[in-house]
Parts: sequence; structure tokens; C-alpha cells
Amino acid sequence: MNSSVELKEMYIKQFQSFENTLNGEKSLPFHQIRKDAIKKFSALNFPSVKDEEWKYTNINPLLSKEFKPADSIPEVDPQFINKYLFDKKEFITLVFINGYFSKEFSDVDALPKGLVIETICQAIKNHPDLVLRYFSKTTSSGNNIFAELNTAFANHGTFVHVEDNAVIEKPIQILYITKADDILVSPRNLFLVSKNAQVKIIETYAGFGDRSYFTNQVTEFIVNDNAVVEHVRIQDEQLNAFHISTLSVDLEKASNFSSYNINFGGSLVRNNVNTKFNGGFAECRLNGLYVTQGSQFVDNHTSIDHAKPNCLSNELYKGILNDTSRGVFNGKVFVRQDAQKTNAYQQNKNILLSNDAIVNTKPQLEIFADDVKCSHGATVGQLDKDQLFYLKARGIQEKEAKAILIYAFASDVVHSISMTQVRDHLEALLAEKLL
Amino acid sequence: MIEIKNLHANIDGREILKGINLTVNKGEVHAIMGPNGSGKSTLAQVIAGREDYEVTQGEILFNGKNLLELSTEARACEGIFLAFQYPVEIPGVSNTTLLKNALNSIRKYRGEEELDAMEFLTLVKKKMSLVELSEDLLRRSVNEGFSGGEKKRNEIFQMAVLQPKLAILDETDSGLDIDALRIVANGVTKLKSPENATIVVTHYQRLLNYIVPDFVHVLYNGKIIKSGDKSLALELEDKGYDWVIEEAAELV
Repeated sequence: MNSSVELKEMYIKQFQSFENTLNGEKSLPFHQIRKDAIKKFSALNFPSVKDEEWKYTNINPLLSKEFKPADSIPEVDPQFINKYLFDKKEFITLVFINGYFSKEFSDVDALPKGLVIETICQAIKNHPDLVLRYFSKTTSSGNNIFAELNTAFANHGTFVHVEDNAVIEKPIQILYITKADDILVSPRNLFLVSKNAQVKIIETYAGFGDRSYFTNQVTEFIVNDNAVVEHVRIQDEQLNAFHISTLSVDLEKASNFSSYNINFGGSLVRNNVNTKFNGGFAECRLNGLYVTQGSQFVDNHTSIDHAKPNCLSNELYKGILNDTSRGVFNGKVFVRQDAQKTNAYQQNKNILLSNDAIVNTKPQLEIFADDVKCSHGATVGQLDKDQLFYLKARGIQEKEAKAILIYAFASDVVHSISMTQVRDHLEALLAEKLL
Repeated sequence: MIEIKNLHANIDGREILKGINLTVNKGEVHAIMGPNGSGKSTLAQVIAGREDYEVTQGEILFNGKNLLELSTEARACEGIFLAFQYPVEIPGVSNTTLLKNALNSIRKYRGEEELDAMEFLTLVKKKMSLVELSEDLLRRSVNEGFSGGEKKRNEIFQMAVLQPKLAILDETDSGLDIDALRIVANGVTKLKSPENATIVVTHYQRLLNYIVPDFVHVLYNGKIIKSGDKSLALELEDKGYDWVIEEAAELV
């Protein structure tokens, strides 16, 4: 591909073929959202390192590839899937392969009262009012070309609606698994959590195969008054994969949102996490972990918008980087003029395991109110030599000693996850990456 | 058990140890005393394998093996244990994780079966009583938020679990009140056997009231300048180090 202009044209052409496969669905009101998105997409440019928001993240490797929208479900060795699945008795399970919902591997029977789960294409037909009201509402303001591309192709993904006062005990796990076959997958999630409702959702992104693929993903959350959400996002894409995601969260009055953004995989990864307080007395905890090796590149851009007073945000992102891998952390916290009594804390800590690993970190606080408590900080370091010597002096082999210290470093990001199975799974994935 | 011959060691190009000769046999307790900055802790760290020090001359044989060729962890697996002067805090790593990994690594090195969770717990509980530590310590992070006394007791507790052949106690008495000192010393004494040996590095004589040494050495300016029996320690307590230093200077 010669230029990003040609690439845009290619995606626009692909959109036209995608439209033709929709048949009657083209006449549904929802399709206008897709058409608006492709219009916005064509008016925007792919970002380059000249854009402040992409200063450290060169996406040329992504732009040089032609990915075609996935159009079928491949054969999958169940082992690849089972590796990422939790106990189906204890979790509501949805599995998507190359973006397509897989009945075979999913288990959404006997949903508890107050919970609606459908695929996005079903929800477009069954719940047009809710979908039209909320879809793209949290992402439409920006100039996020990748979010627009995702919206244009939106057809696969998960719609969750937790009704007023419903407390869903069983966590919902959604696994998106992709066969590396030079394809584009565009998973799209819309999670509506109504007043006083509670829910736990785990999204996992993983892949298999030797070729490349591009996961271009968007998740939107509407967290209504007094609702409580725990959200875990596990990104363990195959190491040739491109992964660009946007998580957009609207927090209403006295709601509570905890996010765990865990990254192990991918060749070039960019996660945008945008949260906004639309009501007072709400709380938001953003936890992040990125563990990279080889020539992986992982970029986390987060923003927290304190638009209303009396809210709390607490952000902790940690990176463990080995070999020649690179990490980027950019965390913006806005405290608007009206947002008095804001508490906002932000930390980014990194450990470099090799001399060639690089991390660019930029915590940013922009405060326009005067009665607030805010702090931010960033550290980049190595494993503590004294701690390493202590463990080795007790007979622990160097490799294990390092793994123990790295796990300890990572553990305070994940230790507050309430689901034991999820914590154990992350511990196992971490061990797999480190040993 | 351990034979140190003409040991010279540098840190950052500065010579700290200037020709140490010391032989410790099994069943023996040796005390190494000396004023601040004489090289006592350096000797302890060099034996344990701290990489910051460069050994420029001499050798250390441990049960016939050339210790200087072994990694820190291999030395520990061979049976060397250093009770640290300043035990480091390791947030996020529980004492159980540390001990279980250490014990099984040592057992594996020796070709023994690793202990399962139950066997490990039984062993650990037995050893805890030795230094009067409570069980909730196991779940706590290594040394994090411990008082000075707890840290030192934890060192002796680890020693009890790992059962080394040679224990080196580096200023284990520093920062201990009299009760903690008694607990630590009792622990060490109970662990003594005809098959293992102890090197006590200390500034003061008071620990030696509890852990009675067979030999006492005075280290000064990187060399052992005087050796004697336990009465030497009492003499040092009484008269200080100056007379030994002067006596050594006269010999040169």
C-alpha cells in the first residue's frame, strides 16, 4: 500500500461490499450510523507521529498491510479457546471467532432476571430504541479514525443491558478469538448498566496462527446512577497482530467503575481509555498492566474527565518491558472548573528488564478548579538489585527470583480483581510470559 | 568446612579485604569482631556471593569446592546462609512464597523431592515457634513493615527452615532489644549441631554471651590481626580495640 490515502480508499471500498452483504438490514435506521461513520472516516486522516496523540506510536507497519474484513468462521482447535475460558458454570460465556458469534462455544442460556445479552446485530433489530439512543454516543465527539472505522463495520459484538436494580452475580465473559489470516475484525460492544445495577464483564482478545490480523475494537459503557461495574480487559493477541481499541465510559451520578486493562500480546497495540464523569460522587479506578517482549509495541492512552464535582479517580498503570519492546503511557486527567472536591490520583510505574527496552511515559494533569486533591507520577526503573540478591542468597534460581519480583510488581494492579478465577488466569498468563 | 585463603576483595576499585585467612570446621562457632569499616560485612557478603564485590586474589573452599566459581544461588544451595544486617523489604512477595521457592530450589539442587504444600506448612509451623513468630507472618510480604527485631527474627526463622551447613550472622544483634536478642540467640543455639558451623559477625560482645564462640577474630583494615578464644571478646569489650590495633602495628 503506497499511502494512507489509498488505504482509506481500500477500506471505503470494503465498506461498500460489506453494505451489499447486509441486504434488508440496510434499510434499518441503524445503518445510517454506519454511513455517518464511514463519512467521518473518509474525512479524517490516519494519524502520524506528527500528531501529538501519536507522537511515539508509528502506525506505518499497520498502514502498509491490506486487511480484508473477515467473512467466515474458520476451524478452531478447542484448546485455543479453552485456554482463555473460565468455568462456564460460574460465568456467562460468549465466544466470537473472527468476529462471528459461536453458539458452539458460548453459553448464554438461562440468563438471570434483569439481564439482556445479545449480539450487536440481534440488538439492532430487537432493541433499536436503546441501540439508536446510545450507540456511538460516547465516541462520536472525537476525531478517532479507528473508532469511526469500527462503527462503519459494526455488526459483530456484544450488547449487554443490565436493567434497573439488577445485581448480576455471574460475571460475563466475552472472548474474541481470531485466526491470523490477514483479516480485519471489528468487535463492537455496547454495555448499558442501568440505575442501581451491578455487573462484572471480562473481555478477552486472543489469536492463533502464523499470519497477521487487525483487531479494531470499540467498547462503550453507559454506567447509570449508583451502578457498579467491574471490567477486565485481557489482550493476549498473537504476536504478529495489530490491535487498536477504544474503551469509552460515561459515568453517571454516584456510579462506580473499576477497569483492569491487561496487555500481553500484539505486535502493535494502541488502547484508548476514555472515561467521563457526567454526575457527581462517582468513582473510577483505572488499572493497567502491559508485559512486553521481543519487538512488541504497546501504547496506552487514558483520559479521565472530571466534568462534575465530588468524584474520585484513581489510576495505576504498570509496565514490564523486555528485549527491544516499547511501551507508551499517556494519562490525561482533566479537572474542570465546576469539578470542586475532586480527588484524582495517577501513577505509572515501569520496569525495564533489558537495556534496549524503552518506555515513554507522560502523566498529565489539567486542573481548572481550585479545591481539589490531585497527584500524579511516573517511574522507570530496573528490578531492585538488593531484593534480587536477597532471594538468590536464599537459594532461589536467578530466573525464578526475577519472576517472583516481577510478579510482585504486577500484582498490585490485579490483586483487587474480585474474581479469583480471573486473578489465577492472569497469574498463569504472566508466568507463561515471564518463564 | 570453609577455608578462606589470602582473600582480597574490592568494591568500586577500593580494596576492602586485604588478605583474609580463616578456617572454620564443622561444629565450630567463630566470632568476627572489629571496629566499623574494618571489612566485617564485606567478608560476609563476599562469602554469600554479592556481585558488587570483585575478588582480586585468594580463594574460598567450601567442603572442597571452589566457592568463588559458584553463583550466589548455588552457594546457598551448597549450604551457605547469610543472615543479613539489613534485611531488605520485598513488597508483594509473601514469606511463604520466598521460603517455599527457596526450600524447593535447594532440595532440587540436592536431588531431593520437592515438598508439597502440606509438608511445607508442617515444617514451617514447627520452625516458627523457635523464634516466637506468629503464623500470620507467613502471609505478610517479606520484611515489609517489620520492626527491626522482627526482621532479625525472620532471618533466623528462614535459617531454621533452610538448615544451612554454614550460617553467617551479619550484625544480627544490631538494633535488637534485650528480649529480641535472647530470642534470636536461643534460636541460633538450638540450630547448632556437630554437623554445621556458624560465623557471627558482630561489633559488640553482648551477643556472644548467648552464642558462645569457640574462636574470636579481630578484623581490622581488611585483615585478621588477632585471634583467640572467647576471653578475647571479653577483653575487647573491656578495653576496646585500640590495644589490639597497636599490638598489630608493632608487629609490622
